Amino acid sequence: MPEKTADKVETTVATDPAPGAAATEAAPASAKARSLWSDAWNDLRRNPLFLVSAVLILLLLVLAAAPGLFTSASPRDADLAKHFLQPPNWGNFFAADWLGYDGQGRSIYARVVYGARASIMVGIGVTLLVAVLGTAVGMIAGYFGGWLDSVLSRVTDVFMGIPYLLGALVVLTTFEERSVWVVMLAMAFLGWTQIARVARGSVITIKQADYVVAAKALGASTTRILMKHILPNALAPIIVVSTIALGGYIAAEATLSFLGVGLAEPTVSWGVDVSTGRQQLRNAPYVLIIPSVMVSVTVLSFLMFGDAVRNALDPKLR
Amino acid sequence: MGRYVARRLLQMIPVFIGSTLLIFLMMYALPGDPVRALMGEQAFDPSVVENIRRDLGLDLPIWQQYANYLGGLVQGDFGTEIASQRPIADIIAEAFPVTIRLTLFAFTFTVLVGIGLGVIAGLRPDSVRDRGLLTLTLVLISMPSFVLGYLMQYFFAFQLQLTTPTVQDSESIGDLFLPAIVLGSLSLAYVARLTRTSMAENLRADYMRTAVAKGLPRGRIVGVHLMRNSLIPVVTFLGTDIGNLMTGAIVTESIFNVQGVGDAIFEALTRREGATVVGIASLIVIVYLLTSLLVDLLYAVLDPRIRYA
Amino acid sequence: MRGAKSAKFVAGAIVVALAATACGSGDGEDKKNTGSGKPAGYVSIDVGEPQKPLIPADTNESNGSYVIQSLFTQLLDFDAKGEIVYTNAESVTTEDSKTWTVKLKSGWKFHNGEAVTAQSYVDAWNWYANIKNNQQNSFWFADIAGYDDVHPEKGDPKADKMSGLKVVDETTFTVELKDRVPYFNYKLGYTTFAPLPKVFYDDPKAFGQKPVGNGPYKFEKWTHKKLIQVQAWDDYKGPNKAANKGIQFKNYSSLEAAYQDVVSGNLDIIRQVGPTDLPKYKQDLGKGAIEEPYAAIQTLTPAFYSKTFKDVDPKVLQGLSMAIDRDTITKTVLNNTRTPATSFTPPQVKGNQELDTDIFTYDPKKAKALIKEGGGVPGNKVWIQYNTDGGHKEWVTAVCESIRNATGVDCVGDAKPDFATDLEARDNDEVKSMYRGGWVADYPVNVNFIKELYHTNAESNNGRFSNKKIDAKMAEGDKAESLEEAVKAYQEVEKLLVKEMPAIPLWYYRINGGHGENVDNVNVDFHGDIELPQVSVK
Repeated sequence: MPEKTADKVETTVATDPAPGAAATEAAPASAKARSLWSDAWNDLRRNPLFLVSAVLILLLLVLAAAPGLFTSASPRDADLAKHFLQPPNWGNFFAADWLGYDGQGRSIYARVVYGARASIMVGIGVTLLVAVLGTAVGMIAGYFGGWLDSVLSRVTDVFMGIPYLLGALVVLTTFEERSVWVVMLAMAFLGWTQIARVARGSVITIKQADYVVAAKALGASTTRILMKHILPNALAPIIVVSTIALGGYIAAEATLSFLGVGLAEPTVSWGVDVSTGRQQLRNAPYVLIIPSVMVSVTVLSFLMFGDAVRNALDPKLR
Repeated sequence: MGRYVARRLLQMIPVFIGSTLLIFLMMYALPGDPVRALMGEQAFDPSVVENIRRDLGLDLPIWQQYANYLGGLVQGDFGTEIASQRPIADIIAEAFPVTIRLTLFAFTFTVLVGIGLGVIAGLRPDSVRDRGLLTLTLVLISMPSFVLGYLMQYFFAFQLQLTTPTVQDSESIGDLFLPAIVLGSLSLAYVARLTRTSMAENLRADYMRTAVAKGLPRGRIVGVHLMRNSLIPVVTFLGTDIGNLMTGAIVTESIFNVQGVGDAIFEALTRREGATVVGIASLIVIVYLLTSLLVDLLYAVLDPRIRYA
Repeated sequence: MRGAKSAKFVAGAIVVALAATACGSGDGEDKKNTGSGKPAGYVSIDVGEPQKPLIPADTNESNGSYVIQSLFTQLLDFDAKGEIVYTNAESVTTEDSKTWTVKLKSGWKFHNGEAVTAQSYVDAWNWYANIKNNQQNSFWFADIAGYDDVHPEKGDPKADKMSGLKVVDETTFTVELKDRVPYFNYKLGYTTFAPLPKVFYDDPKAFGQKPVGNGPYKFEKWTHKKLIQVQAWDDYKGPNKAANKGIQFKNYSSLEAAYQDVVSGNLDIIRQVGPTDLPKYKQDLGKGAIEEPYAAIQTLTPAFYSKTFKDVDPKVLQGLSMAIDRDTITKTVLNNTRTPATSFTPPQVKGNQELDTDIFTYDPKKAKALIKEGGGVPGNKVWIQYNTDGGHKEWVTAVCESIRNATGVDCVGDAKPDFATDLEARDNDEVKSMYRGGWVADYPVNVNFIKELYHTNAESNNGRFSNKKIDAKMAEGDKAESLEEAVKAYQEVEKLLVKEMPAIPLWYYRINGGHGENVDNVNVDFHGDIELPQVSVK
């Protein structure tokens, strides 16, 4: 669940876990933006964890963008008469029957390849939406303070109070058509709170910085201050939280599809396939296990990636 | 201190009302009518449906329905189920103990094994066992709980035939063993990593050097100085995690067929028993709010520098 | 540390409070053993928690019906072939299909000792039919004269008695219908027509939790969501007297869990084996495996208002029907839980016939040709609406792929997250092209599968099929003087259905259940229910 991932981030990123107040002095606010980013890049380049995960993610992105490159079989083509529950033919690499056929006589390999798109799209889409929405709320609350902050913080509390899975179950049941976009929006609608808190925390610290005070004194507009001075400096912790949460969102999408409220056929998705495969667990476990492994590997790649990015961007841990 | 607690409790009220209202509104927006769904696929008489809806107040405007609901709730009345006509309090009383038992079971497992592993790794940062543990936890974290659940089910029930694939008696502790492990494993991984990182950091702290220099016995250094300080972030995580465990139970309960809150909420959701869903959700929200308060208070116990005015 | 001390105290208090909410309301500890203990000679079966209180006219889902059937006996019942067997009635006769005379067997009693009389029936039926009592099955009494007085479409009832019901003497009453209904006596086999004792009217709500009936079993206890227990009643006089000492209806949250209990001997009978275990259940259970067809059908029902099928040429539907490889799908995806359909009615009902047609045969070439002849499918795409919570996804996908492969018409499932949403789309005429329809026999006559589904005014005709010629033919059948004639008339209607295609019949249902080694004589009735009174314990 994204919450958990994010929780962990908050506690590790935060150096002074002041209770109640979410004032997470998360970012190395004083570090100059440029050197921070280039330092981070230098660091990342030498991190084997980062390299491995980056290669995996690249591969997944290619899978998602052009699945046709990897298999000529179609994920929907079914032939019950010939292929009903055929076990994997491990030796026959990258052929349609490599990973066997499912209960509809469809190539599991083809479905695994085509299923990447849904997972990656939801993962990246939710991350971006959450980052935008959460940052906006957090910045407004943190910068303006006062009653606006109180109201927004209470709203954040309300959304935080709703258990993520439960909320998603209810929200998604409302939609009759559950496309990738609907699932993305629903997940973002419930998931923006963590980023909002992190953003609010760093904005509160940054707005007292000399350069912000100076800009104000020079008569810069609020928009300009927010966009030019505050946002770039608050970005690091937001990126850290976001990249780590990405893996969580992919897992969450699979979980929701598995529960029957996420994506639905004919969208090809690993979660949907796992949910179909549960019926065959006793008989043909590979139908369930293969897409499950894909979900896990994808989540793992993004987690390692996120970990590496955090280590690079958070000098306190260096 | 007392004032702080009072203020926190007061702050909870709008949050509580807000989240129940949100869930209430979402339930209202759901397509499908509970009374109509009751009639099923066979023929039925629409005037009976109308009549029942009127009797239950389901034809009132949403604000009035919410006011009625909240009014009842304040008096401790969770309402009545549309189909079974049983008090929702009874349904909650049946489901909650099962899930709470499962959650506590998972929680204990998380705490004991997670902190244990974290300490083992954290005392020797960058050793082989530390790296092994980091890898293991990373794998656990990247496995959504349904994946882990099915893998366990497959190996322990179908391959080794050690257990039945699903829980036969939701109230037997032995039957809940496997689901509890599956439920707790994700948190376990986080707890282990968190403990390990925090231990490793604190090992380099000045007070540790002082303690060693003072010639204190190693047991005391680790047990009192190191552990106490390293556990603060772990406690935060554990506190906020109880609420997560309870909702995570929805998935675990569905895989292992435990008749707890997840099962009840799922059933209520598909039957559009709005009041049941809102009732259970409110209780989970309360648990979440109380545990986060508890965590903040525990800080004061663990870290004397923190005081509440 | 000063501050910490009181913090400790408050923290402790919250822990205690949380623990109290955890165990406070839960009397879970006391109930712990209720599930496992079963008195000797009892039979246990997986029947879940009834949705509603146990009142005969307020229950139509299968869990509640099972319990009601064990507690109540109505006038007559059916044997496995669908023939009438008189239970509480001595006879049900008519001269003109309009006025029916019911004679009861004498000496019958309710479980509390009260005599079952003609009055017990008449009072009960009047109560069930009254709109004020909101009984789900009240429309079943709509054939009776005076129904509209107690159940007006709007407003309060004008009377509390239906004029068509008259008590003649202690054991005789007459039923006058609004119009002729040649098969009315078949309807009487439905549990809704059960009698009620006087105690019912004192407090119907309490009765629903602790019913008193006249059936082969008397109520013992109901532990909600866990079990309902009924005990064989020694004074029962009907032909279906219990061969066992009692029944436990046990609630399982999943078919898999129930199945495990049958295999390990903790449960005697399972009604339906779940998909996970279906491929292996015959191996596991040996002689205990049950595979019996029953009177139920699954169809694809086109929505005749939808863009896809508005003013459709029936040839297109015939073509779609021929594009479905029923044999392969039932054997593979459905694990032999269904038998391919060859008509609009299942074989167990009166009037089922061999239809001289090939529209049920898989023939991709002809399917393609027919669709072309009929002008094709608009947009070349069809949707099949289904609910994901009912285990339909697999076959819907398979049917779609079959259609797509055979005809090139794209076909996708339109998944609704649950049954409530599915039903709402049907009620509001929002089905995109077709929905999965299902019908289980209420009474074993072909009329039930034709009139209730395809008559223009039928409540369950959610495809909004409307054909004046067919309506007229049905009206003719309803005017028939004898059941035989009515059945024949409806057979003619069915032949017309093949030409008009109000639905695409897919397959008939089978029950795939099983029982353990402790019980014997496990038989299935015409609508797929286990005949519990016959089950014997070894």
